[in-house]
Amino acid sequence: MSLKQVPLHSIHQQAGAKIVPFAGFEMPVRYSSDLDEHNTVRNAVGVFDVSHMGEFMLKGEHAIGLINKVSANDAHALYDGKVQYSYLPNGKGGIVDDLLVYRINEHEYMLVVNASNIDKDWNWISQYNTDGAVEMINISDEMSLFAVQGPLAAKAMQSLTEENLDAIGYYTFVKTNFAGCANVIVSATGYTGAGGFEIYVSNHQAEAVWNAIMEAGAPYGIKPIGLGARDTLRLEMGYNLYGNDITDETSPIEAGLGWVTKFTHDFIDADVLKQQKEQGVPRKLAGFTMIDRGIPRGHYEIADADGNTIGEVTSGTQSPTLGKGIGLGYVPTALSKPGSTIYIKVRDKLLQAEVVKLPFVR
Amino acid sequence: MVATEWGYSLQIRVQMSYFAAINHVPEMNFPAELKYTQDHEWIRLEEDGTAVVGITDFAQHELGDIVFVDVSSVGQSLAQGDVFGSVEAVKTVSDLFLPIDGEILELNSAVEKKPELLNSDPYGDGWIIKIKPANTDFDALLSVDAYQELVGA
Repeated sequence: MSLKQVPLHSIHQQAGAKIVPFAGFEMPVRYSSDLDEHNTVRNAVGVFDVSHMGEFMLKGEHAIGLINKVSANDAHALYDGKVQYSYLPNGKGGIVDDLLVYRINEHEYMLVVNASNIDKDWNWISQYNTDGAVEMINISDEMSLFAVQGPLAAKAMQSLTEENLDAIGYYTFVKTNFAGCANVIVSATGYTGAGGFEIYVSNHQAEAVWNAIMEAGAPYGIKPIGLGARDTLRLEMGYNLYGNDITDETSPIEAGLGWVTKFTHDFIDADVLKQQKEQGVPRKLAGFTMIDRGIPRGHYEIADADGNTIGEVTSGTQSPTLGKGIGLGYVPTALSKPGSTIYIKVRDKLLQAEVVKLPFVR
Repeated sequence: MVATEWGYSLQIRVQMSYFAAINHVPEMNFPAELKYTQDHEWIRLEEDGTAVVGITDFAQHELGDIVFVDVSSVGQSLAQGDVFGSVEAVKTVSDLFLPIDGEILELNSAVEKKPELLNSDPYGDGWIIKIKPANTDFDALLSVDAYQELVGA
């Protein structure tokens, strides 16, 4: 399969980005230094081009019914301008994808899904759209998405809009004029824990908006940020990555997604998930920090003190903020409590680690 | 070095032509007096008959910020191509292969404490190990010209 490019591909190349294949796209993984980019977002402001993400519009009076059938969170809790994190159960106790649900108005919703799952999600949702009662439009190829993230994001972007950016509450959004473009969605969401906005624009506006963001952010030291730093930033917050920490094979209850699993509505797998929530699950996704020197990585084995395998690391890295190894992995429920001692098999060594409460970085 | 992690592979040898095609290649430094390997290590014979081994400027640039150097082979005698340790960047783990038969004499303690030296000074303070080579004939290794051709520099 040939790789897709984001609309601003050549701008990223000119900015010195190293490009790698990711989720079917050629994506900027790093512009200068992973650590410098990470720290720029934690301490100031940076911008990611995450236009590979997928967007579906669902319209009509039955849209909310379809969403509430396929999504574990309850879309009835949404109001105009509100965003909700959720996931799509796969009918076998696993997860099709995780996603954001935007309520534009009572009869219009936008679903934002992972790039690697666009076709899978579209087909999955479509099969529950009986008789085409809901108008579904896949706008993934027409939309660009820029994540302006960091504690200075609101200050740095304020000159681009008359909307008071500080007044946009976490997980809410406005549709507004931004950088001279109409109908831009400015959403107080992100995947870094550093604060900031995700900005959805049509592809034909993308270059103008990107350049305006870079210009407005220049006095605040804004830099373009690659997927490498995006991963270390999200992992420091303990956020799940689909394909690593959650998959078609992992239970959402085991993955800690019980908080977005709402039994106030009837949805796919509600019965089995309710049973799991009430009766408990044998293993849980836990965050851990390394006590011994070493860096955990995806697929490394988790062991007990005797070296017996008890689980597997799903994500791991050196935390730039903490200066030590951090990771997520599935462990037996008894060992998922903060303070539990586990061991990570790093090459030929058994290194001690401690289960901790998430996020790793506050 | 062979690196894998996070869905994409940095197996530099295999993907080089791809990266060269789509990435801007910055100015890189390859000292003429060194010998090189296809796995992106360099080796330098010292006057006392020992040799110093590190990774190339190309390798450190491809890997990005190096955050961990792990060598537990000091005191061992290994063969050419054996893994003598690993370096970890933010997103990648890479095995280090011995360029020539020899005994591992010493790990550079400076890079243990400051792995970023591999990025900032790959041929100087960022050297990784000192070895006692089984023989001092390095002619089978890559010359600077052959290595530059390999990495498209």
